[in-house]
Amino acid sequence: MHIVVCVKQVPDTKIIKINPKTNTLDRRSAPAILNPYDAHAVQEAVKIIEKTGGTISVLSMGPPQATAVIKKSIEIGADRGYLISDRAFAGADTLATSYALSKALERIGKDLPVDMVICGKHAIDGDTGQVGPGIARRMDIPPVTNVIEVTEVNEQEKTVLIKRKSTNGNELIQADLPCLLTVEKEINNIEYSPLPNMIKAVRYEPVIWTVADLENVECTQLGLKGSPTIVGKMFTPPKPEGGKRLEGSSDEQVKQLMGILMEKKELLTLQSSK
Amino acid sequence: MKLEEYQGVWVFIEQNDRVIEGVSLELLGAGRKLADKLNVSLAGVLLGEGIKPLASEVITGGADEVYVIDHPVLKDYRTESYMKCIMLLAEKYKPEIFLYGATPNGKDLASAVATDLNTGLTADTTMLDVDVDNRLLEASRPAFGGNIMATILCKKHRPQMATVRPKVMKALEPDTARAGKIIEETISLAEEDMRTKVFQIVKDVTKKASLAEAHVIVCGGKGMGDLQNFGLLYELAETIGASVGGTRDVVEAGWLPHHLQIGQTGETVTPKIYFAVAVSGAIQHVVGMKNSEIIIAINKDPNAPIFDVATYGIVGDAMEIIPKLIEEFKQVPINQGGEISYA
Amino acid sequence: MPEKFDVIVVGAGPAGTACALQTARAGLKVLLIERGEYPGSKNVMGGVLYRKQLEELIPEFWKEAPLERPIIEQRFWMLDKESVVSFGYKGLEWGAEPYNNFTILRAQFDQWFAQKAVEAGALLINETVVTECIVENSKVIGVRTDRPDGELYADVVVLADGVNSLLSKQLGFHKEFRPDEVALTVMEVINMPKEKINDRFNLEENQGTTIEIFGDSTKGNLGTAFLYTNKESLNIGVGTTLSSMIKARLKPYDLLDYLKNHPLVKPILQGGESAEYLAHLIPEGGFRSVPKVAGNGVLVVGDAAQLVNAIHREGSNMAMYSGKLAAEAVIKAKERNNYSESSLNSYREALYGSFIMKDLEKYKDAAHIFEKHPQYFKEYVPMMNKAMSKFFTVDGTPKRDKQKQIMKSITAERGTIRVIQDMYRAWKAVK
Ligand SMILES: Cc1cc2nc3c(=O)[nH]c(=O)nc-3n(C[C@H](O)[C@H](O)[C@H](O)COP(=O)(O)OP(=O)(O)OC[C@H]3O[C@@H](n4cnc5c(N)ncnc54)[C@H](O)[C@@H]3O)c2cc1C
Ligand SMILES: Cc1cc2nc3c(=O)[nH]c(=O)nc-3n(C[C@H](O)[C@H](O)[C@H](O)COP(=O)(O)OP(=O)(O)OC[C@H]3O[C@@H](n4cnc5c(N)ncnc54)[C@H](O)[C@@H]3O)c2cc1C
Ligand SMILES: Nc1ncnc2c1ncn2[C@@H]1O[C@H](COP(=O)(O)O)[C@@H](O)[C@H]1O
Repeated sequence: MHIVVCVKQVPDTKIIKINPKTNTLDRRSAPAILNPYDAHAVQEAVKIIEKTGGTISVLSMGPPQATAVIKKSIEIGADRGYLISDRAFAGADTLATSYALSKALERIGKDLPVDMVICGKHAIDGDTGQVGPGIARRMDIPPVTNVIEVTEVNEQEKTVLIKRKSTNGNELIQADLPCLLTVEKEINNIEYSPLPNMIKAVRYEPVIWTVADLENVECTQLGLKGSPTIVGKMFTPPKPEGGKRLEGSSDEQVKQLMGILMEKKELLTLQSSK
Repeated sequence: MKLEEYQGVWVFIEQNDRVIEGVSLELLGAGRKLADKLNVSLAGVLLGEGIKPLASEVITGGADEVYVIDHPVLKDYRTESYMKCIMLLAEKYKPEIFLYGATPNGKDLASAVATDLNTGLTADTTMLDVDVDNRLLEASRPAFGGNIMATILCKKHRPQMATVRPKVMKALEPDTARAGKIIEETISLAEEDMRTKVFQIVKDVTKKASLAEAHVIVCGGKGMGDLQNFGLLYELAETIGASVGGTRDVVEAGWLPHHLQIGQTGETVTPKIYFAVAVSGAIQHVVGMKNSEIIIAINKDPNAPIFDVATYGIVGDAMEIIPKLIEEFKQVPINQGGEISYA
Repeated sequence: MPEKFDVIVVGAGPAGTACALQTARAGLKVLLIERGEYPGSKNVMGGVLYRKQLEELIPEFWKEAPLERPIIEQRFWMLDKESVVSFGYKGLEWGAEPYNNFTILRAQFDQWFAQKAVEAGALLINETVVTECIVENSKVIGVRTDRPDGELYADVVVLADGVNSLLSKQLGFHKEFRPDEVALTVMEVINMPKEKINDRFNLEENQGTTIEIFGDSTKGNLGTAFLYTNKESLNIGVGTTLSSMIKARLKPYDLLDYLKNHPLVKPILQGGESAEYLAHLIPEGGFRSVPKVAGNGVLVVGDAAQLVNAIHREGSNMAMYSGKLAAEAVIKAKERNNYSESSLNSYREALYGSFIMKDLEKYKDAAHIFEKHPQYFKEYVPMMNKAMSKFFTVDGTPKRDKQKQIMKSITAERGTIRVIQDMYRAWKAVK
C-alpha cells in the first residue's frame, strides 16, 4: 500500500485571539500548526499501514516554513514528505489548490503508485472541506468524505470498507482502491509518537518541489489566476440592536431574569414533557 | 465561457429515505428571493429512487421547476452517481446560481461538481444576496479572523455555487396553490460501474434529539474557567430540563464532546431559549445560534459581542449568577417528572 | 537497539542550550530534549538577560536575538504604604553597543537560542519528558523518556532540567528543598502600547528600564518585586521565599494583586491588558545548597545546580556559563574517552573557579540573615521613607535639626545598639 496524506499548515485558531475592538487578528501569539484534522489523517494512515505494510507519504502546499508540518507528520509515523512551494501557487482557492495538489500527486505516483489519498475533513483556517473531493475528481478516483472508521482494507480485492458520517447518520461504504478519504476527528486518537520517530523527524529533509518540478501543469489553473472565487468585500455584519441589559446587583438581576423566564414557563416545561 | 448563456437559480434538493432535508426547503426560500431579484426562475434538482412524488413538495416550497432523475442506482447518496446526474443537468440547462445545503452529502457533492464544472464554490455560507446589475451571487460567510464576514464572488465562471448552513435561511410557508413544471431526465447508470457501494445506513437518532431539536439550551464558553466550573451548567440544565452545548474553545479544551459544539463548524441551533454563559460571542459561534427565540447572555465583560445578539444580558460573574439561578429555579416547580436530555 | 549519542542534554533552557551549542560546535553528536511544546514555551523569568556570558557564546548576539529593550536605567525602590524612596542610574551609554543588559521574553528568546544549537548540529526534540536517568553499575548511561520506545544512550547526560531538578534528585545529588531555599515568584505580562511605555518611563523606542522594588511590595517579607519594560508589554512580578510565604500565610497571587494595586504602582499599569500569568520557583539557597554537580556519566548545570544569585537576580547568565563549562568538560572527557566522575570533575573545578561560585560564596549568608532578621524589610524601608519625608518637607525646621530628629527617631524605634548591629550584619552578608 502507498498512502498519500495531504497536510496543511494553519495558524492555531485556538491560540489566535481576536481583538474585539478592532476586529483584527492578534497574530503575535499564533503559532503555525499542522491542521488538526490532517494529524488524524496521518494517524489513520499509520494504523492502516501497520496492518497492510507499505509506505506513507505526506504532501503539503505552502510556504517553505510548511516543512514543519511535514516533520510533524513524520513524528506521527509518515515515511516521506513532499512540499510544493512556489510563488505561482500563492493565492489559491480550493479549486486551484486541488489542481496543484493533484499535479504533485501525479508526480509522486510516478515513483510509487498511489493506492489511497487521505485528507482532513477540513482545514481549520477556512474550513471549506472542498479540497479533498476536488483532488479525487481530478484524479478520477472515488471520494469518501466525513470518514469515521476505516473498517477493513482488502488488498487482494483492492477495496476498503469505510464508515462515514452522512447527513442523517452513518453509513457503511465499500470503495474501490484507489480512493480518497477525508476524515473526521473521531476516527482515531493521535498516539503519543515513539521516540525514534521524533528523532527521525528532526533529521528529515522533505522533498521540495516548485512548479518546474511538476509535469503538464497549466499555469493558468494555479494560484490566484486559477481561482474563480475572490473576496469581494469584508464587513462586520449589521449589529442587531442588542437586547435589554438587566440592571442592579447580581441578586436583583437573577430575580428579574426569573421574572422573565417564568412568563415563558411553558418553554421550560416543553422540554421536560418530551 | 459565455456568461449570458447561464440563467436561473437552482437548489439541490437533498432527500434521505425519500424525506426532503429541512435545509433544502430553506434554500428554496432563499433561492426564491434571489430568483425574483434576478427575474429568473427557481428550480429544484431532485435525485433518487422513487422520489417523483416529492417533486410537488419542491414546488409548494417555492420552485418554478423541478428537474427529476429517478433511477435505482440513485437510491442512496453516492458522489459518483449523483455528480454524474448534476453534470448532465448543469451542462444541458446551464443555471447561473446553484445552491446546496452545507450537510455532509451536500458539501461532498458540491465540491466534486465544482471541480468538474471548473467553477467557484463558496463553503458554509450564512448570508446570500445578488448584485442584480452584474448578476453576481454575493455569498457571505464568517471570515477567518475576527468578527468579520467576507463576501465571496465568482465573477468569470458559471454556475456560481455555494453551500449554505442549515437553519440560517427561512423556508417559505408551503403554498399548495403554486404551479410548477416537472422536468424528468433520464440517465444511463449501471450499478456495476459504481466504484462505491453503500452497504448499510444507520440513522443517528440520539444526536438529533440532543441539540438540534432542543427547546432550551445552556451553552457554556471558555470563560467557565475549567471543567469543574463547567459542571455548574449541567446542574442548571438539569434543573430546567435543557440540553448542554458549548463553544469550539470548550470542545477543544475537552470539556464537551465534539458533537455538542455550536457554531459554524458545529451544530446550528434554534431553540426557544438559549443561555450563553461566559461565551464571548465570536461570529463563528453566533452564526450557529442567533436565530434562537430568546437569547440570554451572561458575561462579565460588558463589551462582549454576545450582548449584541442577546435578548437579555446580564453583566456579571457566571460563577456567582449561575448558582443563584439554580437556587431560584429549584424553588419553582417547572420540571416535575420531566425527562432530562443531554447527550 | 536504541541510538547512542555523545551527549544528551535534558532541558532546553539557557543552561542546556548553551551546553548543547558548545558540544555540537565541537562536533559531538548531541541530543537536546525539552518537555515543552518548544523551548521557552513554559519558561519564566523576570526578564533581564546579561550581555557578557551570551556574548562569549554568540558574539554580537544583539544583532539577531529576539531582545525586547536594552536597559539604560536601573531603579531601586524602597516602597512604603504611600511613599517610596528611590535611587538608580540611567546612562545612555548602555543604549549603544556593546550594551549592558536587555529585557527578554523567554518564549521567544529560548526558541531562538535553541535554534542556534540546532544550526550548530544538535538535534532538538520537544514535547518529550525525560523521566529518569538509566543507571548501570552506578554510572549514568542514558535516559528514559515518557514516549514509547523512549530510551536513548549517551556517554554523558547533562541535567539542565531547571530548579526542581527531579533527575538530580533521582540520582541522590539533591535533597528536597527546604522552604527557605526556594522563592516562589509569580509574574504577569501586561500588554501596553509602546508609546504609553515610552511616555511613562521617559524612554525612547529602543531603551528600557528596570525597577527592583523592596519593602511593601512583599508586605515586608523577605523577597523582592520587579517591574521591567518590554517592547510592548511590562513584566511585573513578586516573590518571597516559600518559608516566609508559609510563615506570613501569603498567597502568591494575592501578593501580586496587592502590588498591582499599590497606589504608587497602579498608575504605571493603568490601561494595560493582562496577557499571561506565570509562576515559577527560584533556587535561592545559594552557595550552601549547590548539589553534587558531576558524577559518573552525568553533569548538573544551571538552576538544576541551584546556580542563582538571588541578591542580584542573576540566573540565566550563570546557567549559560555553567552550560559552557560543562561542555568544555565533556569535550575533554571525550578526548580521553573517559566519562567517569573523576574525569568529569574538571567541570566542578572550573565552576568553583569561576565568577559563579565566587559570587555565590560571597553572598552565602545574605538570604539567611535577611530571613532571620525581618527588620531589614519590615522596618528599615518604612523608616527610610519617613526620614526622607521629614527631610524634604519644607516646614521651617533647620536641616541640621532635621537630621538629628531623623536619627533620633530611627534609633528610638530600634535602639542604637541594634541599629549598629543590623548595619554590621547586613554589611557582612553582602561584603
Ligand atoms: C474557522 C473557524 C471556525 C470556528 N467555528 C466555531 C464554532 O463552530 N463554534 C464556536 O463556538 N467557535 C468557533 N470558532 C471559534 C470562535 O472564533 C471563538 O474563538 C470561540 O467561539 C470563543 O469561545 P468562547 O466564547 O468560549 O471563549 P472566549 O472567546 O475566550 O470567551 C470567554 C468569555 O467568557 C467571559 N468570562 C470569563 N470569565 C467569566 C465569568 N466568570 N463569568 C462570566 N463571563 C466570563 C469573558 O468575558 C469572555 O467574553 C471558530 C473559529 C474559526 C477561526
Ligand atoms: C520570576 C523570575 C524572574 C527571574 N528573573 C531573572 C532575571 O531577570 N535575570 C536572570 O538572569 N535570571 C532571572 N531568573 C532566573 C532564571 O530564569 C534562571 O536562572 C534560568 O532560567 C535557569 O536556566 P536553566 O536552563 O538552568 O533552567 P530553566 O530555564 O528552568 O530551563 C529548564 C528547562 O528544562 C526543561 N525540563 C525540565 N525538566 C525536564 C524533563 N524532565 N525533561 C525534559 N525537559 C525538562 C524545562 O521545560 C525547561 O525548558 C528569574 C527567575 C524567575 C522565576
Ligand atoms: N495547501 C494544502 N496543502 C496540503 N493539503 C491541503 C492544503 N489545503 C487543503 N488541504 C487538504 O484538504 C483538506 C481540506 O481543506 P479545506 O478544503 O481547505 O478545508 C485539508 O484537511 C488537507 O488535507
